[in-house]
Parts: sequence; structure tokens; C-alpha cells
Amino acid sequence: MQKLARYLGALLAVLATVLLVAPVAGAQGTGETIHGTLEFQDAPVQGVTITVTSADGEEIGTAQTAADGTWEVPVPGPGDYTVVLDAATLPSTAPGVVRDTIETTVNPQQRKVVLFRVGTPEGDGEPSPGETSTPTDDEDESVTGTESGGAESEAGEDVTVTSGNNQLLQLFVSGLRFGLILGLAGLGLSLVFGTTGLTNFAHGELIVFGAVAALLLNQAGMPVLVAALLATVLSAVFGWGQDRGFWRPLRKKPTGLIALMIISIGVSLFLRYLTQFIIGGGRETYDEYTFQSPISIGPASITVRDLVIMGICVALLAAVALALTRTRIGKATRAVADNPALAAASGINVDRVITVVWTVGTGLAGLSGIFFGMIQGVDYLMGMRILLLVFAATILGGLGTAWGAMVGALVVGIFIEMSAYVVPSELKTAGVLVVLILILLVRPQGILGRRERIG
Amino acid sequence: MDWGSIFELSIRELIGVQAIVFALAAIGINIQFGYTGLLNFGQAAFAAVGGYGVAVIVTTYEMSFWLGIVVAIGAAVVLALLLGVPTLRLRADYLAIVTIAASEIVRLVGRSAWGRDVFGGSDGITGFSDTFYDLNPFTEPLEFGPFEFRERILWVMAVGWGLVALCTLMVWLLMRSPWGRVLKAIREDEDAVRSLGKNVYGYKMQSLVMGGVIGALAGIVYSLFQGAMQPDVYATNFTFFAYAILILGGAATVFGPVLGAAIVWFAFQFIDLTLRAAITNEYIPDWLMNQNDTGAVRFMLTGVVLVLLLVFRPQGILGDRREIALDAR
Repeated sequence: MQKLARYLGALLAVLATVLLVAPVAGAQGTGETIHGTLEFQDAPVQGVTITVTSADGEEIGTAQTAADGTWEVPVPGPGDYTVVLDAATLPSTAPGVVRDTIETTVNPQQRKVVLFRVGTPEGDGEPSPGETSTPTDDEDESVTGTESGGAESEAGEDVTVTSGNNQLLQLFVSGLRFGLILGLAGLGLSLVFGTTGLTNFAHGELIVFGAVAALLLNQAGMPVLVAALLATVLSAVFGWGQDRGFWRPLRKKPTGLIALMIISIGVSLFLRYLTQFIIGGGRETYDEYTFQSPISIGPASITVRDLVIMGICVALLAAVALALTRTRIGKATRAVADNPALAAASGINVDRVITVVWTVGTGLAGLSGIFFGMIQGVDYLMGMRILLLVFAATILGGLGTAWGAMVGALVVGIFIEMSAYVVPSELKTAGVLVVLILILLVRPQGILGRRERIG
Repeated sequence: MDWGSIFELSIRELIGVQAIVFALAAIGINIQFGYTGLLNFGQAAFAAVGGYGVAVIVTTYEMSFWLGIVVAIGAAVVLALLLGVPTLRLRADYLAIVTIAASEIVRLVGRSAWGRDVFGGSDGITGFSDTFYDLNPFTEPLEFGPFEFRERILWVMAVGWGLVALCTLMVWLLMRSPWGRVLKAIREDEDAVRSLGKNVYGYKMQSLVMGGVIGALAGIVYSLFQGAMQPDVYATNFTFFAYAILILGGAATVFGPVLGAAIVWFAFQFIDLTLRAAITNEYIPDWLMNQNDTGAVRFMLTGVVLVLLLVFRPQGILGDRREIALDAR
């Protein structure tokens, strides 16, 4: 029971990580744009002129903020742009804008968020457009985006920052979303570890499998919702086939656990680069639900899509928890996790339990991959990024415990998003991993782990 | 297809700088994994701190190249201690996860805009290899049959293979010493070694440090060869490649890493060139793959070979099946 809970927890952790990176702001549509919301003291600012110029100085377009403070300028394509806010058009109540010029890089198909902060200008009221490369606070850091680079930079991710006091709350909400998806993604890893002892380094690729399957179905003309449903089923079938056709024969051989771990690395390399072979090295997006305008719930704003995603995650995690505690197969799973030999001796079909765990775990991982894909786009390296966060969540909660892993996922998800408040957003993953190492120093069994499991 | 040039270029890789770098990285992993049973999945981090040590000291702080070498090796020792202290008392997979996390931390910090003043961001650091190439004794290219090696690469290869030979000799001597026997005993049965009064934790730490320092040498050689230290070279694939090389050649063997590295880089180059030639000559249709896909095929093959090796021949080419302990405790 405890073990099962630990496994579940791990799954939660994975889910959370994915959600974290998701955007909150946005609007439906295709093509590259630069957009944002201008607020001052939690109220939208209307009628402010914002101008976008390209890197070679050509003016692309001008927008005025609407009644809700939003503005949007379509840009002709990916590239570097300079966004300038005309401080003279600010209402008299506003003291000015912290930085009136922001340089930004727009990636293919990206709807880039650029946020201006209303407040006292830098340098005693003198705007200093030349200093944009050295942001003075974290909001500006995330506004100008992470360093552009290879497919690995998270440049496609949207920015959840809003100006004003509710930034922390907004980060918390993204963290919760990230934590929940992370939990969904990690359940399979945790349950497979619990029942077979395998630390599956290919688990990240199971997450990607769902995302890519949905992407390919979507590109073939299916609506995203149908594609997502079908891709989840395909993921479950993939998990079933992987266990029956690959891992079970290896267990029968028998193969040592460390050998299995390295085999999983081989599987991960193969699947990851098969993905690259199929979808290429860039970042792809689904044709629906990629961006939505947020709605306000109390002081927080969130998109309907994210609410639905979080609801599905909570429901599924609760369902798995109930199944583990209430159903025969769930109890059998916990028995196998506790002691496979004893479980087999008491008449439990261990192989069947493991196959069920693989099928359900891979299905959930695939679904979480689709959620991640909706939020941050699909690229072939996303599995590796998420996998490390899943590991962090699992260890944090206690390796091999389901409830602990769920807790770990939420903690990791919220921590990683909230840490964007104090560390540069490009370093938030590194921050979580540092915390992981520190926790091992103090409490290696994790939050809910049992001491004897780790020696 | 021009088989002559394909073979010529592939055979160059057999003894090329990539083979040297990965032979060194794999020798380090061999000490840790092959002989001691420690799963260090962060060899890329050790190589990266090696490369950064030299690059940061020489370019960022404008100090001596030799101090850079000392700092690079010192940084690898510190990293090994940092990773080993929390994890070496725990089960094997904890070390694996923590080391792989550490390698991503090093890379993410190295390529961040936040640390650009010191580490050069994602573009990395250049301009630290002048002292090294000033020492180059080769003044003219060496021609050997169809092969021609320029002075610069000759010097890197001479130093690199010298280091490989030195490390291989050291491993050979150490592993037949009482110290090496303790390491192998830890791999086989940690509790038995402990019951004999040996400090298992201390021995594991020494093994981790030694393997890490050799990994740092790999990073130093590679960044000197490139004339640049780029963080994204040291992604997790670097480590996984080194594992594939070690297991192909034979874990817990003295020459396994070297043999594995030579074969793997020969095979990579050969497959790459053959595929490219086949695509150019349209033996492979365009809808199936183009020039950009050959890199992905190489990694896919690495994955498949890694799986097949562990399933059917876990001891690799040179290894002894009885000697490789691939069982977690």
C-alpha cells in the first residue's frame, strides 16, 4: 500500500513538471505574433501605443492596448524584434514604464509574450534602451526569453508572468498545473520500478510517444481531441507490446537490474532519435488548443484548456489511487511491489500484474506527453528534459512510493515555477536538480520513503 | 559510390581525436562501472568541468594554461566528492540519477545567459589553446600511404594517445594491485568486503574520483582540439556513447575502452559516409531520408547495438562473462 502510494506520487511528480512549462496567456490562431497584456496595479491599461520593429530597423506594426490591456502585433516570421512602448501614451496615473524597449526573439510558430512593467523607469526615469541585455529583475529576464539556441532551449514556451502583485500566485498556478501533469507522467515510472525494480531511462520517450502519435494523427487531419484520445490508446498498446515483446522475455532470461537499466538507455536512444527521424529536429505544435486567452478566476488567470487538463490529471490520479487501494488488480499490484515472490506464492499472476502496470503507466505517460505538447510544443528532446524532473520528483517523494511520488511531483512542479521568481528562467531546471542532490544529503529516503529501502 | 574515400575517411576516425576523447571517457567509466560497479551516468559533467577549467582560467581570467590544467583536474575531484558524498552509501541507481542530474546542471549553467561572463553562454569559450599549440613539435604534415595528417591534429593525437596509453597502463597496474582487487571485490559483494574491515565507502570514493579525473582529461583534449569549449557537446548522450563504447569493447578489461572507441568511431564515420553517398546517388529515396537524417540514424544504431550487446553479449568483445557484475544490490 505504501509502496503503491509512493509509485503514484512519482507519477504525479512527472505530471507537475510538464504543466509548469505551460503558458497561461495567449490567443487562438496561427502564425508568429508578439503579444502581451499591460496592467498597472492589477488593472488593465488601455490606449497605450506599442510598436514592433525588426532587427534591421523596419517598422512591422503598431498596436494599442485594448480595454482589457491586451495588445498584439503579427510579425512576418521568426527573427529578432524590438518592441517599444510609447511612454507618452501612458495614462497620467502611471508613473512610467520600467523599460520601454524590449528586444526579443520569435521562434517559428511562436506567439511570443512580451510584458512591460508599469512602474518607475530605470535610471531615474531615463529610459535606457541600450541595457536590455542586462535585465535588472527576473520579470524582465523571463520577458526577453531564454537564450536562443538549439532545439533544446525552451524558447517555445510561453511566459506566464503578469505585471503587478499577483505574479507569485500566477507562478503557483502554473506550478500546480506542471506538478499535476508531472504526476501523471511519473506514475508509470514509479509503478514499473515498484513491481520490477527497473529504473526505466526510456520512460521519457514513452511520454514523447503519446505526444508524437497525437501530433502525427493531428497532422493527418484529425481534430486534436480525437487524436489525443487515439494516441493515449496507442500509448497503452505500445506499453503492453513493450512489456510482452521486450521486457518480459528479458526478465525471463534473466537479466540483472543494472543490465536492464543500461538496456533502457539503449531503448531511449533508439526511440528518441527515431522521433527525430520522423518529426525532425524542430518544435512542432498541434493545430488547436495551442494558445487561448486566459480567463480570470479570482486573482489568478488561467486558460480553459489548462483548467481542463488539470481536471483530467486530478481525476486520473484519483482513479489510479482508488484502483490501487480498492480493486483486486490494484491490491495485487501493491502486493507484487512489496514482495514479488510472496505475491506469486499466494496465487497472484505476477506477469499479468506487470503487464497491466506497463499498459496503464505508458498510457498515462502518453497522455501527459500530449498535455505537455499542447502547452510547450512537441520536440524530440522533451523526453529527456521531463525524465530528469520525473526522477527528481520520484526521489524527492521517496523512490518506490506512489503517494510520495505524487507529493514529489507537486513539490517539484510548484518549486520549479516559483523559482522563476528568483532565478533566471533558463536555470530553473538546474535549480530543481541541485535541490534533489541536497535532499539526498539530508533525507535520502525522500519525504515519504522508508529508510530500509535505500541502503 | 566512392568506397576508397569512404574507407580512407573512416579509417582516419579509427585513430582520430573523437576516438581518443571517448576512449579516455570510457576508461574513466571502466574504473567506476567496470571494476567498482558504480553507475556514473554523469561522465559528461566531468569532461565539461575539465574543458571549462582550462577555458575559464585561460580566456576568462587570463591566467596560465598550466594553472588551467590544474584547476580542471581539481574541479573534477571536487565534483566527484560532491556527487559521491550523498550517494555512495545508497543503492546503485541513486548514484546514476544524481550523476545524470549533475551533468545537466553543469551544462545548463554553462550555457546560461546568467553565467555568460564566465562561461561564455551557449556559444562557449574560445581562444585558450594557444599555449598548447605553441608547444607543437611537429612542423610539417605527416604522409602515410593515402593518409595525410596536418601538424595541428598530429600534435593533438600524439598527446591524446599518450594520455590514453598512460591511463591504460595505470589501470592495468592498479587493477592487479591489492587496491584494484578490493575494487573488484566491492563490485562482487560489498558486504563481504566490509566484513574484512575495508572501508568500502572510501574505496568507492577513490574510484569515482579517479574515473572522473580521466573523464576531465577527455574534456580537456576535446576542447583543445576544437579550440573551443561548447557546453552542448557534453549533453547526456556523451555519457551514453561512452557506455556503449565501454560495453562494446568489454567492461572490466584493460583494452576494452580503447578498442570500443576505435570501432565505434570507425563505424559511425563509415555508416554516415555510406548513407550520405547512397542518398546523393539516390540509392535511398528522398522521402525516406535526407542528408540531415544521417545523424539520427547513427544514434538509433547506437541504441540498438547497446540493447543487443547487453542481451546477447554483455561482456563485449574482450570481456569475461563471469567478471561483469551487472546486478544491482
